[in-house]
Amino acid sequence: MSGSIYIIDGARTPFLKAKNAPGPFAASDLATAAGAALLMRQRFAPDQLDEVILGCASPSPDEVNIGRVVALRMGCGHKVPGWTVMRNCASGMQALDSAIANIQAGRSDLVMAGGVDALSRAPLLFSDAMVRWLSGWYAAKTAGQKFAAIRQFRPTYLAPVIGIMKGLTDPIVGQLMGQTAENLAHRFDISRTDMDAFAVQSHRRVLAAQERGHFDEIVPLIDRDGTVYKDDDGVRRDSSIENLAKLKPFFDRKYGRVTAGNSSQITDGAAWLILASETAVARHGLTPLGRIVDSQWAGLDPAQMGLGPVHAATPILQRHGLGVNDLDAWEINEAFAAQVIACLRAWDDADYCRDELGLGGALGRLDEARLNIDGGAIAQGHPVGASGARIVLHLLNVLRRGGLKRGIASICIGGGQGGAMLVEALP
Amino acid sequence: MSINYRHLSLVRKHDPDGIAWLYLDRAQSTTNTLSRDMLDELAGVFAALEANPPKGLVIASAKPAGFIAGADIEEFTRIDSPQAARDLVERGWELFNWLARLKFPTLALIRGHCMGGGLELALACRYRIVVDEPGTKLALPEVMLGIVPAWGGMMRLPALIGPAAALDLMLTGKSVDARRAKALGLADECVPPRVMENAARMLVGSGQRPRALPLMQKLLNGPLKAVVAASARKQVAAKARREHYPAPYAILEIWQKFGGNALAVPAGHPASLEAIFRSPTAKNLVRVFFLQERLKGFGKGDGKSGDFAPRHVHVVGAGVMGGDIAALCALSGMTVTLQDQSVERIAPAIARAAKLFERKLKHDARQVRFALDRLIPDPQGHGVAGADLIIEAIFENLDAKRTLFADLERRARPDAVLATNTSSLRIEDIAGALAEPRRLVGIHFFNPVALMPLVEVVRGEVSDAEALRRAAAFVRRIDKLPLPVKSAPGFLVNAVLGPYMLEALRCVDEGIAPETVDAALVAFGMPMGPVELVDTVGLDIAVAAGKALAGSAAQPPKRLMELVAAGHLGRKTGQGYYRWADGKAQKAAAAAVPAGLADRIVAPLLAATRRCVEQGVVADADLADAGVIFGTGFAPFTGGPLSYSPDSGKTMTDELSRPSDGAMVNAG
Repeated sequence: MSGSIYIIDGARTPFLKAKNAPGPFAASDLATAAGAALLMRQRFAPDQLDEVILGCASPSPDEVNIGRVVALRMGCGHKVPGWTVMRNCASGMQALDSAIANIQAGRSDLVMAGGVDALSRAPLLFSDAMVRWLSGWYAAKTAGQKFAAIRQFRPTYLAPVIGIMKGLTDPIVGQLMGQTAENLAHRFDISRTDMDAFAVQSHRRVLAAQERGHFDEIVPLIDRDGTVYKDDDGVRRDSSIENLAKLKPFFDRKYGRVTAGNSSQITDGAAWLILASETAVARHGLTPLGRIVDSQWAGLDPAQMGLGPVHAATPILQRHGLGVNDLDAWEINEAFAAQVIACLRAWDDADYCRDELGLGGALGRLDEARLNIDGGAIAQGHPVGASGARIVLHLLNVLRRGGLKRGIASICIGGGQGGAMLVEALP
Repeated sequence: MSINYRHLSLVRKHDPDGIAWLYLDRAQSTTNTLSRDMLDELAGVFAALEANPPKGLVIASAKPAGFIAGADIEEFTRIDSPQAARDLVERGWELFNWLARLKFPTLALIRGHCMGGGLELALACRYRIVVDEPGTKLALPEVMLGIVPAWGGMMRLPALIGPAAALDLMLTGKSVDARRAKALGLADECVPPRVMENAARMLVGSGQRPRALPLMQKLLNGPLKAVVAASARKQVAAKARREHYPAPYAILEIWQKFGGNALAVPAGHPASLEAIFRSPTAKNLVRVFFLQERLKGFGKGDGKSGDFAPRHVHVVGAGVMGGDIAALCALSGMTVTLQDQSVERIAPAIARAAKLFERKLKHDARQVRFALDRLIPDPQGHGVAGADLIIEAIFENLDAKRTLFADLERRARPDAVLATNTSSLRIEDIAGALAEPRRLVGIHFFNPVALMPLVEVVRGEVSDAEALRRAAAFVRRIDKLPLPVKSAPGFLVNAVLGPYMLEALRCVDEGIAPETVDAALVAFGMPMGPVELVDTVGLDIAVAAGKALAGSAAQPPKRLMELVAAGHLGRKTGQGYYRWADGKAQKAAAAAVPAGLADRIVAPLLAATRRCVEQGVVADADLADAGVIFGTGFAPFTGGPLSYSPDSGKTMTDELSRPSDGAMVNAG
């Protein structure tokens, strides 16, 4: 059944850092703007897509099936089905994998898949106590009942629950994502300086790539006031070990090592790819940019979720008989500097490879010159649902730019999972 | 009992509640109009129902297009005497009074347009239900044709919604949508189409008392009429002079003094039907209405291929003109790619579009969002390959346009319409850069795009007829009026405006104050004085257009050149012939207007219009009148420049309209 899965094209929005207020675009605005511009440059019409699949970790209440909303807003017409997938930080990669599965099963030939999140618009929720009080208030009919209800009210009920904090807390082990990164820092003895140095490198690489125009996958956005958004705006020119050293630990206060500066940023953004079967390529006369050769999901202890890439990418390496440095480029999503460093150390650790991965020994030290060469989420931000699609898109961009052949994009997933995809560039 | 009607059908038997359903369905027409035979059949229905009364009567339309478009305007044109006018009024007045007197409850179920006589019919029913759809529009637009809503509208509308709101509708002719109609009290209910029949059945059988006016409104429609009348009269006077437009004044007086009954006005009264019939205004405005209908007909399919309905338009050039064209297309439901050299150049057009959408779609945030979704910034021009129609609106440079079109032709679909918005270059010169020059047509818009109703569709020497038809069809799709013109300097509109503005500026050079010149032309009936228009368009553009139209040998007005040299370019720089503040020209009081001033300034326009007809720029005199009215705002009550003859007795010689002369103004 399984033919090749071709990548026809892709595009994303600039990643816009949340500035403690709702950003200029809702999630569906972001996905629609990038997607409509992407579709406009194709040889096929939007209504010739077989389906649209969008990953999103936190769609707003008025666009819960955001995949369908965006398909309609992009002008795909009533007849193109649209749906939404959710796998936390890998929602965008899950959308790609769902497209692959449907193409391989012969259900679809031409699919637009990607991810989006507008974390700046994450809702504030009423606390459970407030909701209980409100239901009593609405049930109160008489003045006496209302008066009794008012007497029961406590001002603390008004304290909102910050939706995004709920989302970033593991519901099984009760730890914040940053605390799971602290677990890894502890386990692999990763110092604060190691993390901060990694973060500085991420900013420098993004700046260098911006200067060379290496983010041509970005579709600029214009808001209703005529403001132009062209670039990922979380990157900092002033990022340095000294500046980062001033920040206080955020997740394990006072005694921890993970800070806001060596973690990914809270950001809004969307990323899309167009995937096609052999049949669709022939039917529409398309010129593929690359292929997705393989993909893999893995589960692990939620408290160690940052090692997800190790668990997802290793089976791909084994299936294809590859060592970590047989790949020309790697994208590992930078949820936390500690987490990416931990992945590298785990592969280089014979005990870990033997005990956790069932290998004979260490896989070796991944050459950092091949990893995230244009930086990553620490500088660009991590709009949760979009990141998995972004790293696949950008990996292909890196491979094609360098005349390279193969790479792996991999991402850790809150809740203790990892996802990985093996990508091959076509000449 | 079964009677066969031609224009309607009456369904009684099948309704379990004993309600009669009357469906209007005018034979051989897509819309319902209240022609004489339609009114006669309605009278027959009322008689039959009185003889055998139902529990209630629901009047609805069997046409998908709407409820009733109004009276049959064709019949107006055949009125040849004041008595015939009186007869026509009497027929509808009596019929609708009969409808209002029927003993059983009546209800108008209004879906789609409900205009003029159609609304008067609905007003005579006990209840009205409007269907909540964008196409539902209610209006008494008679005033726009120079006539009055004499079939009961002037009596019943003020009594239903209060006199201030009613006069506002009757004096402006503007329409209200379904929700507004409900809010005004014009409709009893506003419902979605899925429940409209059920709502009609329940309401007509409800026994509910008809809506009554609040006490204050009752007083204003009774003893305090003078209060409302005074303020309405002031508003009318600010917009129209009685000698030009007698109808709004007549509406006011018939409501105030004659209980809304036009038949009660004695023949000698200025608000009488005789006076309205005698004034040429109504005749001219009805003519303008038909001219407008004629323009709307351009671009209709030949039946074989159907109407051209572009889904994707690509616009090159995101300046004010290109950006506004793109916004209008997106507003009209098309997908639009807007190209310019950088995204920063496109951004202001998106911001302007957002404002336009928010204004036009004010009740519907989702529709605003959809319109913005359809407007796609396209700095790389990817949209060219898939577009059904491509409009170029870049700066007026021949080489740039030739290079652009050569590239567009290579990348566009072979069946895509290629159009330029040029106002001063020859279509033929641009088309020469194409492998197939016949593909290029002109689609010439006027500023401000959102407001100006006319668009010139320009035929170059070799332009393909099918491409021209498609261009005209496109113009209709964005709800503008297409005027086919031949490629010639200034086409029609700028060619007639140029000499007119030149003459106005000459008068200023001669020492007449700009205020006086403008006052003379506003009094003549122009929407804006010519000097203010020059300031609005921009003095630099006026000079450039003048050169392009007349060649550089011409002698431009002295004051114009001085102002341009000083950098005073009009409204955009805050200073031109006038000082501008807050978007308004700061004018001193006008002096007494010298006799014949307006005629002197209008004369070159009239001559230029005649010349355009002689040279075949437009196909005939009617189209010239239509183009000049809708393109320049030339006083519609005159019927247009070619049907206007000045009363001053002066003959207009070509001496007054030297075509070789210089500075002209380009409204586009």
